[in-house]
Amino acid sequence: MDKVSLVLVSHSKEIADGLKKLLGEMQPEVTIAAAGGEEDGGIGTNAEVIARAVEEVYTEKGTVILFDLGSALLNAELALELAGGKQNVRIADAPMIEGGLAAVVEAGFGSSVEKTAEAAEKAYEMKKIDRS
Amino acid sequence: MITTGTAKSWMENFKELILENKDELTTLDQAIGDGDHGINMARGVQEMDKMLQEKTFETPGALLKAAAMVFISKIGGASGPLYGSALMKIAAEAGDKAELTDQDLLACLDAGKKAVQQRGRAETGEKTMYDVWDPVVSTFRGEETIDWEALKTTAQQAVKSTVDMHAKKGRAAYLGARSVGHTDPGAFSSRLFFEALADAAQKEN
Repeated sequence: MDKVSLVLVSHSKEIADGLKKLLGEMQPEVTIAAAGGEEDGGIGTNAEVIARAVEEVYTEKGTVILFDLGSALLNAELALELAGGKQNVRIADAPMIEGGLAAVVEAGFGSSVEKTAEAAEKAYEMKKIDRS
Repeated sequence: MITTGTAKSWMENFKELILENKDELTTLDQAIGDGDHGINMARGVQEMDKMLQEKTFETPGALLKAAAMVFISKIGGASGPLYGSALMKIAAEAGDKAELTDQDLLACLDAGKKAVQQRGRAETGEKTMYDVWDPVVSTFRGEETIDWEALKTTAQQAVKSTVDMHAKKGRAAYLGARSVGHTDPGAFSSRLFFEALADAAQKEN
């Protein structure tokens, strides 16, 4: 596998699954795992669900995690501790949809995990409407 | 002195206290959070209790580690990873000792406090669980033996102190100044966590 993979962590299973579908349309060559909702599909995030998703798509090249709100970050960090030994994972501080799009495009070029995470984080700066 | 039996009573007491106070936790969380703290904690402690009845443990550390894993896998929201991480670090500090002295236990609780702080990126006065964990651990750290009644009082006062705080973390942070005047639900459940420990230790001694 020569491309960085993505893990999408959302409180909502539908958001994570839907974003995975959307990003897959944009760049089908990047492997993406959705980790949305609780174990039973309810609203929330769960470290074990996230750890499994990371396990599923992790490559030597690296994996970038995108998350939606607050406790998703807590659980993503805990998931990485549980997974252990997976050094090449970055949690991106990014808006999930726009950052996800930027990341999937960057990863599609075969960029490093650092560059992919950075592309996602830069999405904060992107204006959707130019009012200048 | 904390034995494996004390650790088990601690967790069982915690279950009882959470279930008794489930509605109170929900009410507090509806005021400034997303309203699921009572339900989430109740689900977690019930799953933990089921596990405790099925398995046997050699040391307090092993029991608390297993409890940590239940919190991590069964409790949603921030409380699962926070209580899970705290218990995980408490268990790691307890190691494979068969019994923990009060001093050992304080070192364990200190590790738990640090886990709550790190995982939640919390500082003092942000209206979180940490506002109970920090004063409770700091007050007794370094003491030879723990005055359990004093520890309970410290935890109760710490919960009260969150009422005037302005929330900086979690969903309550979106409320800004409107969070002032409410008790933090995570602080309240943390008080129950320490009360459960105190009750278990007092029964033991």
